[in-house]
Amino acid sequence: MTRREFLKKTLIAGGSLVLSSSFLELIKPQNIFGEKQQGTRWVFLVDTYKCVGCGMCVRACKLENEVPYNANVTRTWVERYILTKDGRLLADTPKGARDGFITSRVDLGRGEYKDIKPEEIEKAFFVPKLCNQCENPPCVQVCPVGATYQAPDGVVLVDRKWCIGCGYCIMACPYGVRFFHPVYKVAEKCNFCYHRITKGLKPACVQACPFGARNIGNIKDPDDPVTKIIMKERVSVLKDEYGTKPQVYYIGLSKEVR
Amino acid sequence: MPGFLSTITTLAINLGNPVVHGEEWTIKELFVYPNEYIYWSIQIVLYPFMTGLVAGAFVLSSLYHVFGIKQLKDMARFSLVFSFALLFVAPMPLLFHLQQPFRGFHVFMTPHFTSAIAAFGIVFSTYGAIVASELWFLYRKYFVETSLRLKNKLDRTFPENLKYFITTLLTLGSYDISEKALHRDEKAIKILSGVGIPVACFLHGYAGFIFGSVKANALWMTPLMPVIFIMSAIVSGIALCMLTYIITMEIRKLKASRPGIPYHLREEIRGVELNEIRMTSRYLIFFMIFAISLELLDLVFRGYTAVKSWDVLRSVIYGKDFTNIFILQYTVGNLVPFISLLIPGLTIKRAVITLLLVLFGVFMMRWNVVIGGQSFSLSFSGYMHYELPMIPHNIETFKEGLGGMLVILVMPFVLFWILTKIFPVFERTNLSH
Amino acid sequence: MHVLRPFFVFLAFVAIVLIVRFFYVPKDFGIHERGYMYGWHRKSNEEEWKQVKVKYQGMEYCKDCHPDNYKNLMGSPHAIIQCENCHGPAIDHPSEPLKLSIDRSRELCLRCHTYLPYPTSNRSNIRGIDPDKHNPGIECSMCHNPHKPNLGRSR
Repeated sequence: MTRREFLKKTLIAGGSLVLSSSFLELIKPQNIFGEKQQGTRWVFLVDTYKCVGCGMCVRACKLENEVPYNANVTRTWVERYILTKDGRLLADTPKGARDGFITSRVDLGRGEYKDIKPEEIEKAFFVPKLCNQCENPPCVQVCPVGATYQAPDGVVLVDRKWCIGCGYCIMACPYGVRFFHPVYKVAEKCNFCYHRITKGLKPACVQACPFGARNIGNIKDPDDPVTKIIMKERVSVLKDEYGTKPQVYYIGLSKEVR
Repeated sequence: MPGFLSTITTLAINLGNPVVHGEEWTIKELFVYPNEYIYWSIQIVLYPFMTGLVAGAFVLSSLYHVFGIKQLKDMARFSLVFSFALLFVAPMPLLFHLQQPFRGFHVFMTPHFTSAIAAFGIVFSTYGAIVASELWFLYRKYFVETSLRLKNKLDRTFPENLKYFITTLLTLGSYDISEKALHRDEKAIKILSGVGIPVACFLHGYAGFIFGSVKANALWMTPLMPVIFIMSAIVSGIALCMLTYIITMEIRKLKASRPGIPYHLREEIRGVELNEIRMTSRYLIFFMIFAISLELLDLVFRGYTAVKSWDVLRSVIYGKDFTNIFILQYTVGNLVPFISLLIPGLTIKRAVITLLLVLFGVFMMRWNVVIGGQSFSLSFSGYMHYELPMIPHNIETFKEGLGGMLVILVMPFVLFWILTKIFPVFERTNLSH
Repeated sequence: MHVLRPFFVFLAFVAIVLIVRFFYVPKDFGIHERGYMYGWHRKSNEEEWKQVKVKYQGMEYCKDCHPDNYKNLMGSPHAIIQCENCHGPAIDHPSEPLKLSIDRSRELCLRCHTYLPYPTSNRSNIRGIDPDKHNPGIECSMCHNPHKPNLGRSR
C-alpha cells in the first residue's frame, strides 16, 4: 500500500466513523423523546368517593374556557355508574353532566330512559373525567403538522392557529377527551386551565368542586399534598393497557368504570 | 328515507345551538362518551378508496412495462393516464373533510413524521412525480411531433393554439426523437414502472397504516391493516381500469359501426377487447383471493384471542353491521363476482356487472373499516349509528354528505376525459411505446 | 441527456415548497423540550395559552363587597359552594359584567338535592328530595334561603 492509499483509506474510515456517530446522535432516544425536565410536572387527583355528580365543574369549565355552553361537547365531564343487584351495569352522562344529575332515570340514548328503584341498586357512583395529559400522549404522536404538543411541564396543548382539523388526534385518544371546537373549527381539549395554573390559581373545575373531589398538584414537589396522596395511598389510572402513562389519578376507581 | 327524516329532526334540534362536527349524522345509543361522534365520515371512506384505485391502476400499468406481459399493452397506457387522473382526485376527499382546508398545506410545511398522515406529503409528491415522468416518456414523441407539426401550421385555430402551447411546454425543451433517444425513453419507463410499484404500494399502505396504528380503536388496530388495504386497492384498481377500458372500447365500436366503415374493424375491436378482459381477469382473481384471505384471517384471530374489546366488536360485526359486512361486502362484493369470473366464457356484459360488484365490494370494505370502527364507543358499552346526510342544509352536510360523495365519484372520469385531450389514449401511431 | 428533465422539474417543485416554507413557517417552530415526537411545535403558542383571560375569581373576591351573604354562607353547610357556582364567573365584576345572574330555577338546587341513594357515593350523604313529589314547579328559594339554608324549616 502506498502512503497515498493509506491516507485515503484513513480519511474514508475516519469520515464514515464521524458520520455514523453523528447519525447515532440524531436518533438517540433523548433527542427524539426529549430530556426529563426538572421543576414542574402537573398531575391531577380525583376522589370518586367524594364526587356527588353536581356538575358544577363542567359548568365552570365551559364558562372559564369559552366552550359554547349549549354545544354538546365539553372539556371535562362526569359519568354515573349504577350496578344493580341482578348484575346489570348502567352508565350515562347527560350533556356530560353540565346540568348535574337531577333524576334517578338513566339516559340510554335515542330518547330512552330507565328508572332504577333504590332497592335495586347494589352500588352507584360518579366518575369525573378530563384529559389525562399523558406522559406518552398518542394524540401528539399522530398530529401530522405539529399543532398539538406537550409543554415542558407535562400539559398537552393545541395550537389553534396551526391545527388543520384532520381529527387524527381525536381518533387516537383512547379516553375520548378531544373534540372539534364548534367555533374555532380546530381540535380542542382540557388543558388543566393552563392560563390559571401558570398564575398560581387552581383550574376552574378544581375551584368549583364543593366536595374536594378534584385536585391538582406538582408530582415533582414532594411536599405537595396531592403528590403525597399519589405516592402513599392506593390510587389508579384509566386504561393503562394502552401504555399512555396517564397523569390523572383516581381514588376509588372501580372495575366497572369504562 | 331515514336519512332525510333525521336530517330534518337534527336541524330542528340544533337551531340556536352551535353545531358540533359529527353531531348531525351521529345517533348515539347506550353509554357513549360526550365528545364521541363519527368524526371520520364518508370523505374518509372515499379517500382510501381513491388512493386504492390510484395504486391499483398503476400496478396494472406496470405489469406490462416491467414484466412485459404483451397482452396488456393497450390496457397499460390507458391505466397509466387513468392513474394520473385519479391522483388529482385523491386529495379532494381530504380537502372536503378538513375543518381547516386552507391550512391543508401545513403538512408540507411542518410535517410531523411520527404521524402516518405526514407521510402524505412525501409519498404523494414522489408518486405524482413518478407517474408524471412515466407519462412524459411515454408521450414525448407525440408531443414533439405535434408541436413541430403545429409550429409549421400558419393559421391555427384557438384550440390548436392551445394544443401547440401545451405540447411545446410538455416537450420540456427536448426535441430529440431519434432511435437512441426513444430507446432511452423505454429504459426510463421500465425503471420508473419498477420503482413505482413499491411507491404505489406505499401510497396505499400508509393509508392502511393510518388506521392500523391507532391503538385507541379496537377495530382498526392490527398489523394486517396496511396489507389488507394494499391488496383490496389493487383489486379495485384493476377492476376500475377493466371497466373504463370496456366503456371506451364500446364507444370505439359504436364509432366504427358508422356506414362506410368495414365490418371486420368492429369485429377486430371486439376481439381485442374480449381478449384483454379475459387476460386481466385472471390477475383480478388472484388479488381477490389474497385480499379476502387477509380479512378473514383478521376476523378469525380476533374471535380466537377474544381480548377486552371482543364483546363489543362481536356485537358490531355479527349484529349491527352484519348486513354491511357479510351480505354486502363478502357475498355481493366478493363471492358473487369471484364465482362469476371463474365460470368459463366470460362475456363483456357479465364482466361489466362483475366489475361493478367488485368495486362495490371494495367500497364496502372501506366503509366497514372507517364507519365500522366508529360504530362502537370507546367505553365498549355503547354504539353510534351513522346516517349519511342526503339533503344538505349547510356546507358541512354537503361536503360530508351525499353531495360531496357524488362529486368525488364523478371527478376521476371528468379529469380523465380532460387528460385524454393532452395524452391521447387510443391513437395507434405517434407514441414511442 | 433529456432523461433527467422530469427530475429537474420535480426538483423545481421541491425548491418552491422549501422557499414558501422559509417565509411561511414561524421561526420559533421546531423541536422543543419534549423532543421531536412530543415537542414539535410553535413555541410562542405556550405563551398564548397563558394569556387567556381568567374568569372565575373565587370566593375571596366577593367577600369585601358582599359581607352579609359571605358571612351567612360561611356559617352554613353551603360554605363549601363557591359564589360563582350559582352566580356565574365574576370576570371583572362590577365593571364587567355590571351584574351577575341570579338563578332561581329548581334545576340549580336539584344538582345536589335530588336525593339519590347511591351506596359508596357521597351523594347519598346529601339530604334531598324527590323533585316530582316535593312542591313540583315552585322555586326552591320561595321557602329556602340559599345563603343560609334551612332545610326542614321554611323562611
